[in-house]
Amino acid sequence: MSDFPVLSLVTFLPLVGAIAILIIPNRDEALAARNARWTALWTSLFTFFLSLVLYTGFDRKSAAFQFVEKSTWIESFGINYHMGVDGISVLFVLLSTLLTPICVLASWDAIKTRVKEYMIAFLVLETLMVGMFCALDFVLFYIFFEGVLIPMFLIIGVWGGQRRVYAAFKFFLYTLTGSVLMLLAILAIYLQAGTTDVPTLLKYTLPANIQTWLWLAFFASFAVKVPMWPVHTWLPDAHVEAPTAGSVILAGVLLKMGAYGFLRFSVPMLPIASDFFTPLVFGLSIVAVIYTSLVALVQLDMKKLIAYSSVAHMGFVTLGIFTFNQQGVTGAIYQMLSHGIVSAALFLCVGVIYDRMHTREIDRYGGLVERMPKYAFFFMVFMLASVGLPGTSGFVGEILVLVGLFQVSTWVATLAATGVILGAAYMLWLYRRVVFGKLTKDELKSILDMNGREIAVFMPLLILTIYMGVYPAPFLEIIEVSVANLVDQHKTAMTAIEALSVAGQ
Amino acid sequence: MISLNELMPALPEIVLACMGMILLMLGVFRGDGSTRSVSWIAVLVLIVVGVVLSSVQNGRMTAFGGQFVVDDFAHFMKWLIIIGSSFAILMSINFNERESIARFEYPVLILFATLGMFMMVSANDLISLYIGLELQSLSLYVVAAFRRDSLKSSEAGLKYFVLGALSSGMLLYGCSLVYGFAGTTSFEGLATLFKSLGGTGPSVGLVVGLVFLIAGLAFKVSAVPFHMWTPDVYEGAPTPVTAFFAVAPKIAAIALFIRVLVGPFGVLIADWQQVIVLISIASMVLGALAAIWQDNIKRLLAYSSIGNIGYALIGLATGTEAGIRGILVYMTIYLAMNVGTFCCVLAMRRTGRMVENIADLAGLARNQPLMALALAILMFSMAGIPPLAGFFGKLYIFLAAIEAGLYTLAIIGVLASVVGAFYYLRIIKIMYFDEPAEVFDRSMGREVRAILVGTTLFVTFFIVRPDIIVEGAGTAARMLLAG
Repeated sequence: MSDFPVLSLVTFLPLVGAIAILIIPNRDEALAARNARWTALWTSLFTFFLSLVLYTGFDRKSAAFQFVEKSTWIESFGINYHMGVDGISVLFVLLSTLLTPICVLASWDAIKTRVKEYMIAFLVLETLMVGMFCALDFVLFYIFFEGVLIPMFLIIGVWGGQRRVYAAFKFFLYTLTGSVLMLLAILAIYLQAGTTDVPTLLKYTLPANIQTWLWLAFFASFAVKVPMWPVHTWLPDAHVEAPTAGSVILAGVLLKMGAYGFLRFSVPMLPIASDFFTPLVFGLSIVAVIYTSLVALVQLDMKKLIAYSSVAHMGFVTLGIFTFNQQGVTGAIYQMLSHGIVSAALFLCVGVIYDRMHTREIDRYGGLVERMPKYAFFFMVFMLASVGLPGTSGFVGEILVLVGLFQVSTWVATLAATGVILGAAYMLWLYRRVVFGKLTKDELKSILDMNGREIAVFMPLLILTIYMGVYPAPFLEIIEVSVANLVDQHKTAMTAIEALSVAGQ
Repeated sequence: MISLNELMPALPEIVLACMGMILLMLGVFRGDGSTRSVSWIAVLVLIVVGVVLSSVQNGRMTAFGGQFVVDDFAHFMKWLIIIGSSFAILMSINFNERESIARFEYPVLILFATLGMFMMVSANDLISLYIGLELQSLSLYVVAAFRRDSLKSSEAGLKYFVLGALSSGMLLYGCSLVYGFAGTTSFEGLATLFKSLGGTGPSVGLVVGLVFLIAGLAFKVSAVPFHMWTPDVYEGAPTPVTAFFAVAPKIAAIALFIRVLVGPFGVLIADWQQVIVLISIASMVLGALAAIWQDNIKRLLAYSSIGNIGYALIGLATGTEAGIRGILVYMTIYLAMNVGTFCCVLAMRRTGRMVENIADLAGLARNQPLMALALAILMFSMAGIPPLAGFFGKLYIFLAAIEAGLYTLAIIGVLASVVGAFYYLRIIKIMYFDEPAEVFDRSMGREVRAILVGTTLFVTFFIVRPDIIVEGAGTAARMLLAG
């Protein structure tokens, strides 16, 4: 088992599918499109089933990296091709492999032009996403992290809405600006520690005086990706203009990359700076939670509303990460997974009616429950999960984060809790305006309910949402040990610093 | 009397010179009908020179009384120049025939320019430096004006000549000042002299001479503020000539820059580092900003090359082994990206006429998906986005900058690269997001297509084994600093 390169296979299998689609001859466009769709679906499904090996084979009692693969790559730089997952990253790999086939299915009819290129972009994107979560070398991580920009730029720009060009450029340049600063920080760490190997660096203590600068450089990159207020403005634009599946991947996986970066690099490698900057992160996150929730309340566009709600939910995640305690960090990871599924599903919900009516304006809908009972049901579950109703996955993450926060600061926890109330307000109001009420608009009178394919898209997400809400233990079990290890490491680092400063006095 | 053995290090140059003259005579006697065969023979000659180069290379050797030096550094750079020159000839064959400017002088001039560049790379004395530089420049002035009945091309050649002569003058003036204050033109002599100065520092006259030298060299690499000729010459010259200008002479000039500053003047790094930092920043920023407003793709590529030279100069500013290694890697990748991009520019042709506006690329992704894909890969690579080769070029440069403690320069560099990414993305946007314009003519030409495919594959798969290039560059850099 240990010799079997599961991670590399899961990472690069989609790329093989992409190349296969590329070389399918396309004399007949309709046929080529059909081939591309099926190839993409089978590739991504196969990748997903293969990635389940990670779930079943994962040793839940160990905080070490598992399924590790290592081979020399750039000797002159000491960079290895080093892959591996631990309790923090393994579930994100699964999330990525789960969402890709769902995206392919969701785009089945919605994408009519340049299907071939579209499917290639998604498969390449999957490779980069999975690779990013598995990479255990800083430079390798960076390559995957930034490589994601290429397919996403094309997805937004080619298949997006009216202002797609603006949104694509904004997305690309915002994230690139942050990333390049992180690149310099990576190089600085390499010169300091002599390696870019993540497991080695996790045990390495960087001098306190440079930690601050490195932390800020990381922050520039991860905060844009999360996105944290005030650098979140690319997100509503990108979400609104991206095609449905693009939004799903953006909300589901791409936003997690920033928070994952904090968890994997900022917190364990730069403990002193992380501690120092906690008030900053708390401040920005609280603003994100409250301010963007208020902004979400006044949105006229459904996708924009959900985009702002994403910013608010990710605010919870960053709050949880910087509590540095077991509940807070576990909650943050759980909240990310839950948000990955729920917000993805919500964007798909918008996609369903957008495909029918070609508008995302809330005012153009109303009373959909009369014609679309199945849709109303699915939408309701995901809406409530987003609110954080007990029994759905959203609840578990939020309550854990709040418990963690209360141990650190009552005030921050109180302010964060108001965000939950506001979240309920805008989501319930959205649902009321779109689904309930009288069906008065003429163009809605002939709208059709969800078809089999659409239900197939939603079913796995629905099951997971409920399952993760009712019985979170199997997932928490995976996360726990690695988080405990992270929290311990942070405590050790902090006590060491305190001991030093006491000795200094 | 020079023994034959002493000439051995210069064997590739001698072969090149003799073959160049033989081809010239062949062309004169056979007339313009022989252009195609002369071109192919010229490419063959370059390959043979490459083989000779590999076979005589053996450690560091000097010839002609120390005027001429061969080492791993020269070896590496000469290989890049050979590749650049042969691509320039191959790309021109079809183009020149279609534009009816197919004349046998073209490949011959490229050969002589290559010879000049070889001399520059191997120069070990201010005199041999100047000879190499002038041989290269004079050949380039002529090829810039190669389409002599076109106003633009003649203008480009004339502009290049006037400004080039000015810069040569400055360079010579710098050389004479250095000679006057140091009493020697030999690089080794200069190096020993500067080392013996100890803490006293060089005299003002020497520093002034050094500044003039840098100004002359900065002109040749088209670094800001000596870049003004670049956009005009790029736009006016026939496209294969522009492609040639963008790569081989730049590589040779950067090599010369490195050899002069890091070699004899290496001890005086405190005196020249700030100058290089300044022109590096100016080049990166201007290259990034000015390109945004360009509509002509050749002008855009001119600004792009100014920006790229700015990044290469970061490596020079460090003056370290890592920095030089970074430049060598960067220039290798730069060569591939530029040649590939110019292949695409060559393919921009409608009903037999060349079009050069960026807007003409509109919707290329639908008309010619493969060419659009190749150009998109090259553009993303130029923007420095991983996993493409351009990223690695920048990676090694910035690594050297951080190592040398040039943090501000590195930060300005990466931010300029974000601004630069904007205009590379704009080209992709036009190809992929915009509605299709008219189709281009299909006949790209076999040679051009092969080069395009080759360079794109190189840029894409560089990531698999970067060490092949990086280690060669590392050895070359080590040898230069040791020598």
